[in-house]
Amino acid sequence: MFEKALQGSRKYWALVCFLAALVGLGFILFLWQLKVGLKITGMSRDVSWGFYIAQFTYLVGVAAGGVMVALPCYFHNYKVFGRITVLGEFLAVAAIVMCLLFIIIDLGKPMRCLNVLLHPTPNSILFWDMVVLNVYLLLNLIVGWMALESERYEVPPPKWVKFLAYFSVVWAPCIHIVTAFIYCGLPGRHFWLTAIMAPRFLASAFAAGPSFIVLFCLIIRKFTKFDPGKQAIQTLGKIITYTIIINFCFFLFEVFTTFYSQIPEHMNHFKYLFVGLKGHAKLVPWMWVSLIGMFIVCILLAIPAIRRNEGSLAFCCVLVIVTTWIDKGLGLVTGGFVPNPLEEITEYWPTVPEALITLGVWATGFLVLTILYKVAISINEELGE
Amino acid sequence: MRINRRKFLKIASISVLGFGVKPTIDLFAGHEAKAKIKQSPKALRAKRWAMVIDLRKMNEEIAKKCIEACHRFHNVPHIPDKKREIKWIWTEPFEHAFPGQSHEFLGTELIEKPVLVLCNNCDNPPCVQVCPTKATFKREDGIVMMDMHRCIGCRFCMAACPYGSRSFNWMDPRPYIEKENPEYPTREKGVVEKCDFCAERLDKGLMPLCVEASEGAIIFGDLEDPESEVRRVLRERYSIQRKPELGTGPSIFYLI
Amino acid sequence: MYDGGKILTGLVIGIALLTFPLWYNLGKAAKVAEPKLTPKAEQAKYCVEPKEYMVAEHMALLDKWRNWVVRDGYRVYVGFNGKEYDMSLQNTCMDCHSNKKKFCDECHNYAGVKPYCWTCHLEPKEEE
Repeated sequence: MFEKALQGSRKYWALVCFLAALVGLGFILFLWQLKVGLKITGMSRDVSWGFYIAQFTYLVGVAAGGVMVALPCYFHNYKVFGRITVLGEFLAVAAIVMCLLFIIIDLGKPMRCLNVLLHPTPNSILFWDMVVLNVYLLLNLIVGWMALESERYEVPPPKWVKFLAYFSVVWAPCIHIVTAFIYCGLPGRHFWLTAIMAPRFLASAFAAGPSFIVLFCLIIRKFTKFDPGKQAIQTLGKIITYTIIINFCFFLFEVFTTFYSQIPEHMNHFKYLFVGLKGHAKLVPWMWVSLIGMFIVCILLAIPAIRRNEGSLAFCCVLVIVTTWIDKGLGLVTGGFVPNPLEEITEYWPTVPEALITLGVWATGFLVLTILYKVAISINEELGE
Repeated sequence: MRINRRKFLKIASISVLGFGVKPTIDLFAGHEAKAKIKQSPKALRAKRWAMVIDLRKMNEEIAKKCIEACHRFHNVPHIPDKKREIKWIWTEPFEHAFPGQSHEFLGTELIEKPVLVLCNNCDNPPCVQVCPTKATFKREDGIVMMDMHRCIGCRFCMAACPYGSRSFNWMDPRPYIEKENPEYPTREKGVVEKCDFCAERLDKGLMPLCVEASEGAIIFGDLEDPESEVRRVLRERYSIQRKPELGTGPSIFYLI
Repeated sequence: MYDGGKILTGLVIGIALLTFPLWYNLGKAAKVAEPKLTPKAEQAKYCVEPKEYMVAEHMALLDKWRNWVVRDGYRVYVGFNGKEYDMSLQNTCMDCHSNKKKFCDECHNYAGVKPYCWTCHLEPKEEE
């Protein structure tokens, strides 16, 4: 089946080369980071996690969002999603690859990463994160590949694939629950110490993941002969609508608890993000774009006519992705560290090398996605003839 | 002999697994007898080391001496960029050291008092709880140690510490060390470091450097020994701790 | 042969790369390592363990030392002749073998290994 990835149109190869170039650039800069140290990033003693971990946090949600497509199909026989479960699974693979890469490049000593397995520490959530992410990667890779292969040869998939498929649906929420647990169990970080962290992760994951899938479906329909089906896209649109509204509500719940209880140590983080604190306000415009954008998209998506028009639906999906990315990829991590436990403020902003390395990792993910999708689409086109 | 691809792959994978037998056995092989190692007879022993910092005796001069003594001996680099600085012990104004316990009507003396802050070597340390490799771990005598050889630099411990006691080596620290102390190693880029109550000195029968330099402003001893000086002083004077409500059980007490 | 030209070219390049270490160093036998002892080391007559053991196992011994010191809190090592040593690369080993360039580096360079011990453990200052 992999030979399908080696045959393609000029546009396909152009895309692959472009992504490979970005990967190469990111890799060279990463080698420089290995040589010189993490000082090339914008992280500091106070904001000790930054862009890399923020991307990992966001992408772990996107990876689990693929389950939103698999769950109705496998558990409830919703055959409308039958053609796109493989898209969800391969998106999960690409997203998890990015997550793992982001974690590795963030480490101070990445060559020692096997220490996590050599000295297993069950009380550390990072240990469980490694376990959970790698298992999920394997699950999606195996299930997606096997399902595709069975479809190609027009045979029903073997029973153990079905079992793994069910298992991956149950496993998917685990990956971002564990990631949320990284944050919400730390006693010194009041911005993160809230039980609603895991539900927030779930909600934004189930909004962002399907948004990616909708956009990919529309792009695939435009450039190839594979048509995921209008109804599949519409159902995904409905899922995104509900989850983004829930996500927005969860945020409002947090605002209520923080500002009604008026505890300064809790309010300070929100104040830094949304109005600035003691003159430091780098993130304020970004957070308001995210908030207002999310509110607008909630209203837009709630209008059926907007959802039915695939153009406006695509616009809403982009907006969902951007606003959830700002929220999880920028606001969450920085907001937790500013102000620091001694109520001092050190701001954070990614540096250019940091941003380019991040771009390289995103390009790696998209490259993996392009190749896997090419295989899936080519096989579907072949079947369609 | 005719063999199809599936069979070949099966045999090949099992053979590869066979190569893993010896290393696995080695892994589980018993360790050598520990008869060759012992603790130094001069080593100071305690069930739980603790420190009492008398803020009435503390002033800028003494604080500076303590910091110099520690940082100089332990080759702590002096990095001018505040974002990347490394500090094991430093001073903070009262409202920053005790954010939940200060108010706007504090007396000037207390507002201007330099509070010496360092790793609290907690009894229930969140940093130890989150370390994925046990590179930071709690010793039997209560000191939270750093294993520089095992640290992967994930900085989870830095996120977990509610006191901001830990520093990361964002780059090679050697160029920033004014005068290298040949008796103690430096660290390299990519690992986290912090105060460890001078564990290497305690193991040789010496008091921590900041205690020695403090001219009596810092008292150090075994919290579990009711006759120790730390216990006596805690009985006699009122003491506070940093963020006690978090349940970390810090081992540093401040006398006001 | 199908695609014969490509296969043969690839094969030649592959074999050339694989055997590179052999033919590149033809005629250039490296000098056998001769680590030199300092006067202090000569006087001490023996190390913490016999010479043959140290040559073969000093890396494993240092590994054990660091776990015993950092993780278990033991600082004293009883050598093979009953003498007690402080388990420290910087303060014990390098105290006698203070000529890193002529001692440690001799064998390490010959074997082509670059242990990064001295990135942290300060080496004694040597006169040129």
